[in-house]
Amino acid sequence: MNDLFTYTLRLGDDALIAAQRTAEWIAAAPQLEEDVALGNIGLDQLGQARSLLQYAAEVEGAGRTEDDLAYFRDERDFLNLQLCELPNGDFGHAMARLLYFATYQHLLYEQLLGSADEILAGVAGKAVKEVAYHVDHATQWVLRLGDGTDESHRRMQAGLDALWPYTGEMFASDPLVQRLDVAVDPAGLEQEWVRRVTRVIDESTCERPTSAYQHSGGRDGKHTEHLGYLLAELQHVARSHPGATW
Amino acid sequence: MDSFQATIDADGRIEPRDAMPEGYRKTLIRQIAQHAHSEIIGMQPEGNWISRAPSLRRKAILMAKVQDEAGHGLYLYAAAETLGVDRADLLDLLHSGKQKYSSIFNYPTLTWADIGAIGWLVDGAAIVNQVPLCRCSYGPYARAMVRVCKEESFHQRQGFEILHTLCNGTDAQKAMAQDALDRWWWPSLMMFGPPDAASTHSEQSMAWGIKRHSNDELRQRFVDMTVPQADVLGLRVPDDNLRYDEETGHYSFTEPDYEELYQVVKGNGPCNKQRLAHRVKAHEDGAWVREAAAAYAEKQAREQETAA
Ligand SMILES: [Fe+2]
Ligand SMILES: [Fe+2]
Repeated sequence: MNDLFTYTLRLGDDALIAAQRTAEWIAAAPQLEEDVALGNIGLDQLGQARSLLQYAAEVEGAGRTEDDLAYFRDERDFLNLQLCELPNGDFGHAMARLLYFATYQHLLYEQLLGSADEILAGVAGKAVKEVAYHVDHATQWVLRLGDGTDESHRRMQAGLDALWPYTGEMFASDPLVQRLDVAVDPAGLEQEWVRRVTRVIDESTCERPTSAYQHSGGRDGKHTEHLGYLLAELQHVARSHPGATW
Repeated sequence: MDSFQATIDADGRIEPRDAMPEGYRKTLIRQIAQHAHSEIIGMQPEGNWISRAPSLRRKAILMAKVQDEAGHGLYLYAAAETLGVDRADLLDLLHSGKQKYSSIFNYPTLTWADIGAIGWLVDGAAIVNQVPLCRCSYGPYARAMVRVCKEESFHQRQGFEILHTLCNGTDAQKAMAQDALDRWWWPSLMMFGPPDAASTHSEQSMAWGIKRHSNDELRQRFVDMTVPQADVLGLRVPDDNLRYDEETGHYSFTEPDYEELYQVVKGNGPCNKQRLAHRVKAHEDGAWVREAAAAYAEKQAREQETAA
C-alpha cells in the first residue's frame, strides 16, 4: 500500500472519528455557549477530516472519494488513534481528551507546515490555527474544572486518568513514518507534548497521571469495541443506499 | 406611558430603558422566551441525524445548522434579558413545563429526508413568521430577528437542496422525500398557530406592534410560497383540495387538524416527553460544570482583589 495514502488516512481518520464524538455533544452540552463552542470544534475537526480524506483518495488514485473512505471501509481499515473513538463520558473526560488530542494535533500540524508535500502543508496551515483554539478551549475548562469545586476536581482528575493510557499511541514511531519523508515522525513530539500538558494540569491543581501502561493498535486497525458501533451509526444510511448521491 | 403609545403609533422602536406597560413587557418576555426555547429544543430533532448524515458534506452543513440554532437561542435569551429576566430562570420555566416551545419539534425525525423537510418547511415557515418580527416594536427583539432571519433563509435553501437531490436520486430516495413531505406538511401549517377566530393573544399584540399579520394571513403566505416549490421538486402536497385560485391569486387549501395542535401543545405529541427529558438531562448533567465555572470565576476575582 502507498505510504502517503496510509499516512494521510491516519490523520484523516483521527479527525473524522474525533468529529463524530465531538458532535455528540451538540444539544447535550452543559450550557448553550458550549453547544456553540463544541459545534465549532467539531466542524473544524470534520473540515480537517474532509481535506485529508479527499487527499488520501486522490493519492490512492483508485477513483474513490472522501465519502467512499468514510462510509465504505470497515473497522479494521480505520487507522485512527483509539483515543479518538472512546465514548464521550462526562464533560471532564471530554475536556481531558480535547486537551490531549488538540495539543498533539497542534504540535503535529506545526511540523507538517514545513512538509515538502504541498497539500499536507496546506491542510496543516489552516488546521494549526483551528487546533490552537481547541487547545485554548480545553485549557480554560481543565483549569476551571480542576480548580472549581471538589466534585469538578474529582471528575477532571478522573477524566485525565482514564484517557492517559491512550496517549502513548500518539507518539509511536514506525517504519512508515520513518520512510516517508513528507511525514512527521510523532516520536519527536512527545517531549514537548508532555511539557505543555503538564503545565496545564499542574495549574489546574490536578495530578498528572503516571500510569505506565499504554494501549496501542489503532494505527494497525486494531481498535476498541466502541469503534464498530460508532461506524455502524456513521455509515448506516450511506450503506443502505449504495451508489446513491446525497 | 404617553411617550410609549406615541412611539408605537409612529411605528418607532421601544428600547429597554423606555417606559412600557407591564402587559407589553410580559407579552414580550413570554413570546421571546418561547421563541428562544424553540430554537434550542429544535436542535434535538435535527441533531438526531448529525451522526448518520449520509455524506461528509451534508454532515458539516447539518452540524453548522444545528449550531446556528444554538446561536439563535443565545441571541434571543439575550433579547429577553433586556426585559429584566434571567436566562437561567427562563430555562427553569422551560424545564418545568411552564413555558412552551414550538409544537413542531414534538414530531420525530424518522429518515434523512426529514432533515430536508425541516429545513425547507419548518425553517421556511419560521421565516414567514419572523420576517415581520424584524419590524417588531421592541428594538432588541427586532434586531435579533434580523440576524436570525438571514441564517434561517440559508437553512431553508439547504433543506430544499437536500430534497432536490433526493428527488433526482433513486426511487427509494424519492419515496423518502415524499414520505417526509406527507408527514411534515400538516404540522408545518400548524406552526402559524390556531385560526384567527380562535387566537387569544393576537389582537393586543397587533395593537402593540409585536405582531404585524394574523395567523391565517401568514399561513396563506406560506402555502403560496411553498406549493410552487413542491412542484419544482416533483413532490405532491398531501392535500386533495389544494387549488390555485386565479381570481384571488392564492392557493386554497385544507386547514390542518387543529385538534391535533391543541393536543400537542398540551403535551400529547409524539415526542413532547422525550424532548423535555433530553433537555432536562443535559441541564442536570451539566450542573456540576456550571457550578465549577462559577466557583473558579469567584476564586479568580478574589485573587485579583487581593493582588490589587
Ligand atoms: Fe433558528
Ligand atoms: Fe433554522
